[in-house]
Amino acid sequence: MTPAAARAGCSGGTRLPLRPAEWQLVLPLALAFVAFFAGPLLILAVVSAFDNEQITTVGFAMWTKFLGDPFYWKVIGDTVKLGFLTVGATLLVGYPLALVYIASGPWMQRVLIFVVILPLLTSVVVRTFAWIVILGREGVINHVVLWLGFAPAPLRLLQTELGLVIALTQIEMPLMLLPLLSVLGRIDPNLRDASAALGASKWRTLFQVTLPLSLPGLIAGCILVFASSTTAFISQSIIGGNRLVYLPLLIWQQSLVVYNWPLASVAALTLLLSVSAGIVALTLFGRRGMRHLHV
Amino acid sequence: MSRRHSPSDMSYTLVIGVLASLALVILVGPVLVVLLTSFTDNRSLKFPPTGLSLQWYAELFDATRSRQIHRAALNSLEVAAWSTGLATLFGTMAALALARSEARWARMLDTLFMSPMILPGLAFGLAALMYFTFLGFRPSLNLIMVGHAIVIVPLVLRTTSASLSQLDAALLESSASLGASWFYTLRRVTLPIIAPGIFAGAFLAFMASIDNVPVSLFLSGPRSDMLPIRLWGMMESTLDVRVAAVSGVFITTVICLMLLMERVVGLTKRIRD
Repeated sequence: MTPAAARAGCSGGTRLPLRPAEWQLVLPLALAFVAFFAGPLLILAVVSAFDNEQITTVGFAMWTKFLGDPFYWKVIGDTVKLGFLTVGATLLVGYPLALVYIASGPWMQRVLIFVVILPLLTSVVVRTFAWIVILGREGVINHVVLWLGFAPAPLRLLQTELGLVIALTQIEMPLMLLPLLSVLGRIDPNLRDASAALGASKWRTLFQVTLPLSLPGLIAGCILVFASSTTAFISQSIIGGNRLVYLPLLIWQQSLVVYNWPLASVAALTLLLSVSAGIVALTLFGRRGMRHLHV
Repeated sequence: MSRRHSPSDMSYTLVIGVLASLALVILVGPVLVVLLTSFTDNRSLKFPPTGLSLQWYAELFDATRSRQIHRAALNSLEVAAWSTGLATLFGTMAALALARSEARWARMLDTLFMSPMILPGLAFGLAALMYFTFLGFRPSLNLIMVGHAIVIVPLVLRTTSASLSQLDAALLESSASLGASWFYTLRRVTLPIIAPGIFAGAFLAFMASIDNVPVSLFLSGPRSDMLPIRLWGMMESTLDVRVAAVSGVFITTVICLMLLMERVVGLTKRIRD
């Protein structure tokens, strides 16, 4: 039988009467998503359109209150800024590690992947706790700084944006590295060798061959890190404390402490829209880079 | 060969080397710090510890003094087991249909199923809380289980789809041309080949459920306490050093599981693809 005939036999209903259609296989998950994913998100949008905490009067008072208050705008700005700072920091140290990975032998590559996955699988709470021990007044960093005499008194790192970005760099780095390693691993090593053989320096090969070709993985990593760091409630609230307010803390306070569900919904939708806007920006940035590549 | 040692190439090696080492220190350092801290004999989180002892582990495993932690850990394990089972079953079925389909509706559904990966978890957690409240449900482990299943489905879908895309279509065709039914081919050809991908996805999904904060934060109640939420409470109020002991148990378990999964399904390969 020719392959074409075999394929026809494979998809023909008569030969395989028991074969379920594709939609039948997808149906359970699709129904679950409609009932437990789309449904809740719809309710979120509906609740945000109520004026009072009792959810009885329809109106956009919460939206105007939220978007008319400079404090909330600062919270939105800080959240987006935190996301981009974390993306920048994970990229700065993560990309070089990915370069070392593709230059390593198979055994070393497996070890490096283990090192990358280990923090990913140890709970976010555990990772956040580790950074309290490291960044605290009597923590590792202050221990070293005082011992070397760089500062007269312990540095204040907890409850600062710097401390939070350092901690999030570790907490989110696996999300940057996994797509990067996957894409970098698929680039033909001959291209790098050809570039070197044609006389390009290692820097030039990096910026003109490796970096452009790894752009899809790089953008995917940036999107994951951005989305995850802006919504990292535990890390933000424990390391940032009450001095640094981000949208997740606001959502939590309004919904579970103050019980103002409409305002919490407004904050949650704002977070959702901010994250989406950041993702769109990163995607467009990546597309521009790739168009540039084809010219 | 003089090119290889040009100043420019040496600066490349130096800069990349230093940054990559920094990345390694940032990734691994905290894990080691927590492990060492969990053996402290002190009541504070001073590092390095002044002396070593097992007192925090003793207190953690004490059935009466740490009863609430044990309860929360059991709840987390139960929820993770059920939600992983559901997500793996539904996710694998969907992957079988979507992986090879180029149809527009299939691409759209795929995007929908993957969206919990980048959607802010907290927004979904709040949405689920309000949704279930309006439907008249009280907080329970079942609700958390459903919420977790939705959030972890993408992990199963991704690894299973990756395995399916590497499956040689000729195998399925020969099985069919030899007269095997669709279900028989699924059971004897497809599933055995993609099983490592499914298991790797299920493992990641299980760990993601254990680790989940945004959904549990909103859906857990006094009778359905979850481990990450309890640990968060312990860190917020007084810095309880038992958190370090829990972390120690956690890290050791994860390392053992990772080594096991590497042996059984080649975890690192599955995750890289």
